[in-house]
Amino acid sequence: MIKVSKLNKWYGKHHVLKDINMTVDAGEVVVIIGASGSGKSTLVRCINFLEKAQKGTITIDGQVISHKSKKLHLIRREVGMVFQHFNLFPHMTVMGNVIEGLVYVKGMPKEEAIEEGKRLLEKVGMADKADVYPSMISGGQKQRVAIARALAMNPKIMLFDEPTSALDPELVGDVLAVMQQLANDGMTMVVITHEMGFAREVADRVIYMDEGRIIEEGTPEEIYNNPKNERTKEFLSKIL
Amino acid sequence: MEILKYFYDFLPAAGMTLQVTAAGIIIGMALGLIFALMRLSKFKFLSYPAKFYIWLIRGTPLLLQLLFIYFGLVGIIKLDQIPSAFIALGIHNGAYIAEIFRGAIQSVDRGQREAGKSLGMTNWMIMRRIILPQALKRSIPPLSNQFIIALKDSSLASAIAVPELLLLARQYGSATYRLMDFLAIAAVYYLTMTTILTAIANLIEKKLNISDYRE
Ligand SMILES: Nc1ncnc2c1ncn2[C@@H]1O[C@H](COP(=O)(O)OP(=O)(O)OP(=O)(O)O)[C@@H](O)[C@H]1O
Ligand SMILES: [Mg+2]
Repeated sequence: MIKVSKLNKWYGKHHVLKDINMTVDAGEVVVIIGASGSGKSTLVRCINFLEKAQKGTITIDGQVISHKSKKLHLIRREVGMVFQHFNLFPHMTVMGNVIEGLVYVKGMPKEEAIEEGKRLLEKVGMADKADVYPSMISGGQKQRVAIARALAMNPKIMLFDEPTSALDPELVGDVLAVMQQLANDGMTMVVITHEMGFAREVADRVIYMDEGRIIEEGTPEEIYNNPKNERTKEFLSKIL
Repeated sequence: MEILKYFYDFLPAAGMTLQVTAAGIIIGMALGLIFALMRLSKFKFLSYPAKFYIWLIRGTPLLLQLLFIYFGLVGIIKLDQIPSAFIALGIHNGAYIAEIFRGAIQSVDRGQREAGKSLGMTNWMIMRRIILPQALKRSIPPLSNQFIIALKDSSLASAIAVPELLLLARQYGSATYRLMDFLAIAAVYYLTMTTILTAIANLIEKKLNISDYRE
């Protein structure tokens, strides 16, 4: 589904991603962990072309995509993204947020989009808040709306960049439950998260990043119970 | 009361002041939006002319701009006083409004643009659907300030004999040697209009805050 090869990214002189190779198969859930500044966000943002890597290739569905492509917005329709700080559109209602892409990107008639929006809000447990503005709902609710908004585009893959780390602890569970349900439905997902419970239960594979490299990857059991690399061990001992 | 009669005499002049102001604001808003977007463009052939326009207009007095357009463009196109005033005020306000819009656009969180991108929106769609609505709302306080300035600046059109409030006050004043009385009448008209303008701006701001959303 997604193949990243030899990806290198610099911010000025700062080498942020170093020869990243990674594949994500259809239906797979991959969790990325690593210290702050190790390049997790940058990697995920490169997959969505929100950042441009200077070297290497990204293949989506067998199609090699260059960041120079004029059609990046078409590719982004296939890739959903959920942000740490939600980034809901504050001037639109919850429903408005969810149907924005359907109506203005896909050109779906509004009534039809609203039906679809209801279905999606139902799915994330937010149907009763369809008509309120994002400023009136909690962080956990915002994030579930953001997930519905991304799902509306019917993406082939969903990227999550620390979707629960800006939330109060008691709100994390609802968001993780929605994500777990998505995974059960067969969605291909790449998730940056330090929620180990979620990773153990949902992830097919865990990737550990350190200073711009993928240092170790394996099943959740392999990574959490039996890390081989010293740095992985050290990192895990800090977050446990 | 004689003074009331003069108030009535000044009504058409107040109307002219309003017309010049309205033209300045409307042309200024259109130019401001266009030049703000140009200035923010990554293409130099768009951003440089916008920077030049803003630099030129903000760096010279409005009176000079008025005189330049009325007398200076004679060789190219002969404009009457009133259209000259409309254009000069429009171009003048456009530069300031462009900077207001630019600041407001830049103040919108960059996560908003990224969210739009991740939905597969084009840059133009993101600007129109996501950035501009938020930026316009934030522009309202500085815009209302600019509109009040525009209203008062319209008095400079008296320099090219546009029959607005200040010109009339000076004409009546020199004819009767009672300049102070007529300046006072003009002042009352200006204050009435600026007060109404401020009230409308406050109302719009309040309405947006209550019924729409908070940030
Ligand atoms: N826009 C930018 N300009 C310059 N440097 C950047 C930029 N974004 C990120 N960096 C740098 O790139 C490195 C990797 O950042 P990245 O955000 O990918 O890390 P991360 O693993 O997601 O960290 P965190 O856990 O804190 O989110 C960091 O050193 C960061 O300072
Ligand atoms: Mg990050």
